[in-house]
Amino acid sequence: MSVKEANPTPSGGKSRTEDTAALLRELVAHLRQNRTQLREEWARRITQAKLLTAMTEEEVFAEATSVYDNYVEALETGTFEALQAYARNLSERIIPRGVETHEVVGIVLLLRDTMARSLFAKYHEDFDKLNRILDAYEPAANRIANTVAVGFVQERERIIRQQQEAIRELSTPVLQVRERLLILPIIGVIDPQRARQLTEQLLRAIRANRAKVVVIDITGVAAMDSNVANHLVQTVEAARLLGATVIVTGLSPEIAQTLVTIGVDLSEMATVGDLQGGIEEAERLLGYKVVPLAEAQPA
Amino acid sequence: MEVPILKQGDYLIASIQSALTDADLSQLREALVERVGRFRSRGVIVDVTALDVMDSFAVRTLRDIAHMARLRGAETVIVGIQPEVAFAMVQLGLTLKGVATALDLEEGLNFLNRRGKERLDRA
Repeated sequence: MSVKEANPTPSGGKSRTEDTAALLRELVAHLRQNRTQLREEWARRITQAKLLTAMTEEEVFAEATSVYDNYVEALETGTFEALQAYARNLSERIIPRGVETHEVVGIVLLLRDTMARSLFAKYHEDFDKLNRILDAYEPAANRIANTVAVGFVQERERIIRQQQEAIRELSTPVLQVRERLLILPIIGVIDPQRARQLTEQLLRAIRANRAKVVVIDITGVAAMDSNVANHLVQTVEAARLLGATVIVTGLSPEIAQTLVTIGVDLSEMATVGDLQGGIEEAERLLGYKVVPLAEAQPA
Repeated sequence: MEVPILKQGDYLIASIQSALTDADLSQLREALVERVGRFRSRGVIVDVTALDVMDSFAVRTLRDIAHMARLRGAETVIVGIQPEVAFAMVQLGLTLKGVATALDLEEGLNFLNRRGKERLDRA
């Protein structure tokens, strides 16, 4: 047996394609025939490898069955659309269960190995045939593994994007507490995109409410670096261009220390310890005075 | 296009109506500084509501107007900067330091009136 026969070149022309098709048909027939046994073997190896621990054994077996059938179908038809749709659907179901990417990739590779082993067992006497079968099998199997893994990751990313969107929409209320006085409580992490959105929203609110003073409360901001501080300075300056004074409140001791240590210049910014002090300061700026009813002059 | 400058009591009001060339801006600066003296004005309001773009030359000219007018005895306030313009200006580092700003013409007038009163109180 020559080397050339053992490893036929991939570019073999038309006869070669037909050959591959015939081999794949044979392969699919074999996999269909041994469906029960291979599927059990696969499920056993999944459990052994401690994958999909978030799911019960029955669930793993049920999913294994449908993955198996879809896998064989993709091998048979050579089209991956159905498999793609199935992978997406499967991901949608198992992601909320806490299934990780490495588990999904792991089980698909296990199935690939299980099938390859059964091919070794079947064709071990005819090495040449085994080689050609594997030539037909491997590219298709790799593409399937790829499709399923990519489908899973894409679905995960879609979910993450959706959640980010939801958080972003929830996170930036601009509230009017008094005529011409706005407060902007910031909670959570400020990234450049959010900082931009915050500033835009604040500027629009200043215009809409004809605000003169804005209190930005950052009690809920856990950490601050020079980027975030600069965003804050920019927001303050942009608000000033619209004629509004900004008071920043709620700088925690840690943040104050960080800012001084990294040398951010906040001298342009009016800062007050807490939200209450900030609102009192704002009221002074607006010419309000809050007095208890008992002390108020009767009208 | 020349910017109309209106005299309103002690104040001069320059209302920019459309995008200006650099030459128009320089002309506005000279006209304002000259008229502050001629009308013995106490305040200048430059209304930029109609501008949706402000480049560095425009910002520098506005700042120059404010500083020059102050040297001639008048307080300047820039009014009507659009939110988008303000955002872009800050990102470009054009922050009009030392120049008073207000939301719109009404606010600008209030600001100048308050300033005038403070000056009277001090006197």
